Parts: sequence; C-alpha cells; structure tokens
Amino acid sequence: MVVQPVSDAIIRVRDITVQFGKTRVLDRLDLDVKRGEILGFVGPSGAGKSVLTRTIIGLVPKVSGRIEVFGIDLDAASSSERRRVERRWGVLFQQGALFSSLTVRQNIQFPVREYLSVSQRLLDEIMVAKLVMVGLKPEVADRYPSELSGGMIKRVALARALALDPELVFLDEPTSGLDPIGAGEFDELVRTLQRTLGLTVFMVTHDLDSLYTACDRIAVLGNGKIIATGSIADMQASQHPWLRQYFHGKRARAVIG
Amino acid sequence: MNGDPTLKRIAQGNGLALCAVGPWTARFAPVLERMVADAEKLRGTRPDIFIDVSQVSKLDTFGAWLIERLRRSLSHGGGEAIIAGLSENYSSLVDEVRQVKETPEVEASPVSLTAMLDQIGRTVVGIGGTVIGLVDMLGAVLAASGHVLVRPRSFRLTSTIHHLEQVCWRAVPIVVLITFLIGCIISQQGIFHFRRFGADIFVVDMLGVLVLREIGVLLVAIMVAGRSGSAYTAELGSMKMREEIDALRTMGFDPIEVLVLPRMLALVLALPILAFLGAMAALYGGGLVAWLYGGVDPEAFLLRLRDAISIDHFIVGMVKAPVMAAVIGIVACVEGLAVQGSAESLGQHTTSSVVKGIFFVIVMDGVFAIFFASIGM
Repeated sequence: MVVQPVSDAIIRVRDITVQFGKTRVLDRLDLDVKRGEILGFVGPSGAGKSVLTRTIIGLVPKVSGRIEVFGIDLDAASSSERRRVERRWGVLFQQGALFSSLTVRQNIQFPVREYLSVSQRLLDEIMVAKLVMVGLKPEVADRYPSELSGGMIKRVALARALALDPELVFLDEPTSGLDPIGAGEFDELVRTLQRTLGLTVFMVTHDLDSLYTACDRIAVLGNGKIIATGSIADMQASQHPWLRQYFHGKRARAVIG
Repeated sequence: MNGDPTLKRIAQGNGLALCAVGPWTARFAPVLERMVADAEKLRGTRPDIFIDVSQVSKLDTFGAWLIERLRRSLSHGGGEAIIAGLSENYSSLVDEVRQVKETPEVEASPVSLTAMLDQIGRTVVGIGGTVIGLVDMLGAVLAASGHVLVRPRSFRLTSTIHHLEQVCWRAVPIVVLITFLIGCIISQQGIFHFRRFGADIFVVDMLGVLVLREIGVLLVAIMVAGRSGSAYTAELGSMKMREEIDALRTMGFDPIEVLVLPRMLALVLALPILAFLGAMAALYGGGLVAWLYGGVDPEAFLLRLRDAISIDHFIVGMVKAPVMAAVIGIVACVEGLAVQGSAESLGQHTTSSVVKGIFFVIVMDGVFAIFFASIGM
C-alpha cells in the first residue's frame, strides 16, 4: 500500500492562534495527526493541551489559523458538512460528560438514535457490543451515571464516543483518576480498539505509562507551540529542558524500570 | 465511495452462499438491518449456508454485529453457518462482537391498578416524609443557631451579608415595581366599583387594610419564594451533586451551620424589609391612582388613611414576614439537600421548592388570619 504523506494526515492544524483576553494560549501552532496512529499529546499543566483539543473540535474560537479534519476545512465547511464531520469523530471529555438524567443504555444509544433510524433491537445489541468492547458488563446498562465509579464513567463515556464507530477519537486525559491497573487496562483497550476499528486517536495525557504503552507518536506542547514530535525514543533523546525533566525525572525512571 | 452495500445470494450445489459486498458500516445500518432480517428467513431452507465476507470493503461494529447476528440466526436451525473470507484486519473485530450475548428485552413497567395504587401510596408516604424533613431541618437550624450563640465566632457574617445582598438589596427594584403596580390596580378597581355607591373615599380603607395586612407580605413572600427559594435549592443542589457538601462534612464543618444558617438568616432579615418596602410602594401606587383617576387628593387620602388603619394592621403584616421567610428558607434548603446525582433531579427539586414554598406561605397566612382574628387584632 502506497502511503501518500499529504493525504494521510487526518487532522491538519496550521498556524493556529488562540487568545483569552490578553493571554495568548496557542501561538501560531502547527500539528498533523496521521491516519491510524495514536498520538499522545503532553505538556505542562496549563500549557493549553485541552484548549487545542477544544479548538479542533470547535468549542473554543480561534483568532487565526486553519483546521482541516478528514481533509475538510472546518471554517469553510457548511453546517451540514460540519455535522457530517462531527459524526465521524468521537470525543471523550475529561470528566466523562455523561448525560446525568439518562441511563448508561440511553447515553450510548443517544447519538445512534439521533443519526440512524434503526430498530430498538439493533440499538440494544450495539449498546451491549460497545459495553463489551470497553470492558463493562451488560448489567450496568440500566444504571445512572451517578451510580457508577470513576473508572466506569470513563469507560461508558468511551463507549458513547465510539457509539457511531467514528474514525477519529479525541481523548482528554482518559486515564486520569484511574488506578494504575485500571489505567493500564484502559491503554490496552485503546490499543485494541485502534487495531480492531482502525481508529485514529488523539490523546491528551499526563500518564507516562500511557505514552510508553499506547502511543505511536508523541507531540509536546510548550509556550503555545509544538516543541517536539516523534517517537518515545526521540523524546528521550531530546535536549529540551522540560522534556529532559519529564522523561528522565524520578517518575519516568520508575516507569522505564 | 463503493456504492451501497448488498447481500447477494449465490446458489452453490445444494448450498447457498450469502455474499456481503461493499461498505458494511454504521452509515448504512438501516439498509443493512433490513437485508439481514430478510436473509434470516432463509434459515433451514438449505442444508448448507455460509456467509462470504471477502468482498466487504469496509467493516465496523455495526456491520460486524449484523453479520454475526445473521450467522447466529442461520445456525439455530441445525448446522453451523460459517463466515468465510474474513480478512486479517477485520477478524479481531468479529471476534470482539462474538462475545456479545443476545440482550434481554427491557422490561416495560406494568401499567395496572396495582401500579396506580402503589403510586398513590408512595405519594402519601412522600408527603409524610416532606413534613418530617421540614421539622428535621427546623431542628437542625435551631441547633446550629444555638451553637452559634454559644460560640459567636463561628458565625459566618461575610456569607450572611453576601446572601443579604443577593436576596434583599438586589430584589428591591423588582419587588417595589410589582407591589407598586398591584397597589395601582387595587385602587383603580376599588374606585371603579365604589363610585357607583358614591363611596369613592372608602377605597383608601380597602387599600390600607389589604396592603398592610395581607397583600404586601403575601405577594412579597411569593416573589421571594420564586426568586430566592429556587436559587437556594439550585445552589445547594449543585453543591450536593459535586460532593462539595460531603467535602465540608469531612473537614469537620456542619453544612447546616456553614451553608443553611447564613441563607436562612439573610432571608429572615430580608423579607420584613422587602415587605415593608412593598407595602409602602403599594400604598404610594394606590394613592397616585386615587388622586389621578379618582380625584382623591393626597391630603384627603392621608387623612382618611390615618382614620382607617391602626398600627395593629401594620404589626399584623410585619409579624408574618419573618415566619414566612423561615418557611421558604427551610423548604428551599431541604429540597436542595435532597438533590440526587442527575440534572433532572436538580430541576425537579427546584420546582418543588418553589411550589411547596408558595403553598406553605399561603397555609401560614391562613393560620395567622385565624390566630389574629381570635386575639382580636
């Protein structure tokens, strides 16, 4: 299979600037996410990782720049084109953002019901398939989000993000607040899903384990720009002071073992 | 891309091959579901049926599940149906959906006489629970007040002032405007009807008694229940949802003392002030209309007012205000603390805070009317 370097970028971010009042959060930032990869996105707290994610999704307005997802310029797209793009991506929010007045079943079925006119039977079956995929038992289907543990909320939220079989998922700190075993399982899960569904994953994370086990490529954000991209080996070889501290600090050594 | 997906039927000897072609993805799920439902009817018609998926151009969970569903229903009538031509990169997906068990149907809740009686029973028990909850909160607030009286330093003055600003100072414009208008309307209606008997001047009696005894305080209490009672419930409810109240408790603070007491106190101070301002605005509005519409000049109005009402009327109105405030505050805080985890629950409790608040205010007003009548005020 011939891979063309230009067309295989599923997200192309060019020259993006985002400003809140007088503080410039993202400063002429460029980033490519390739089809089928898991991109880990790291950076100091408050560097603007979530802001970039939200800008790409369209929740934060940008001052200037250009964002292409699936080759479609999101600013130039008509609202129906935009909706079509939105159908092809799934988003896992940091706190899960499950609809609190709907059960797990209804949460997962919600996007499917809105976009596809399929029978209730298929809705239920797909819901169970998604629950199994994210490693939950079908018994949780009739619980409300307030009756779930933190890890279960993340899993259900992932199941909802995957409900329409998107090609691209945004994960905002998926393993934060999970125990190490749960976090490890989650990384494994993301890997498996990426293999089985051919997903592209854009993952904001602080978890070194996730970077080592789940990610194909890592991008580092600092001072409103991407300061480095590459494999984990590239990151370890980097001389950038923050990267050195991040990948050679006490916690990093513990992970590498 | 590759056009629409299809499911071709190709006879092979005495067997049958079902050939899935094209993209079997979520986008085409409605079409695919119908095709699969059609093909499921083939069960048992041939001894040997297999599903060929080698020509599927794209597969996702929806497609994989529908193929799996077809395989299962074809397998039921003797002989295992097999899936052939599965490409390497889709096999793990098919393995994944193979773990899915057929889902049990969702049980619809039975609608019957028993269910209805059950509902009525629960509602009655709920009413009992409400009353107990209110008494419980009253007790907790009194206990917290006692605690604060013993240790005045634990009193939250800043918080109380903040709430006083919210429920009193910021409410003044709307309360004054509405009571002013109501005063105007009462006066206009009074003059309109009394004029027929030539008793224009008695409108002042009616206005004075009505506004000072009843309308002033009742109207303001209802407005406060809608404006501040709902805010209290929503604030406490969202704090409850985010476990902030549990956090307070684990730090050794009493949520009643920290959250409820300042709010209650602010409300108890605010309502008499607002009721007084409201009564004055209503009298002013009534006087204005009496002058402009009824030709009762201000001097005559004031003279008549002095004869018609005594200080008792004013006291009756003002005494009710703090009690009504306490009722509104207790109802709002009980509802706020009863909020469960969902947004829907927050909405329900905010609604019921306002509804119950207004209901209890009117009941209290009735009780006061009986009380004051029997002591001759």
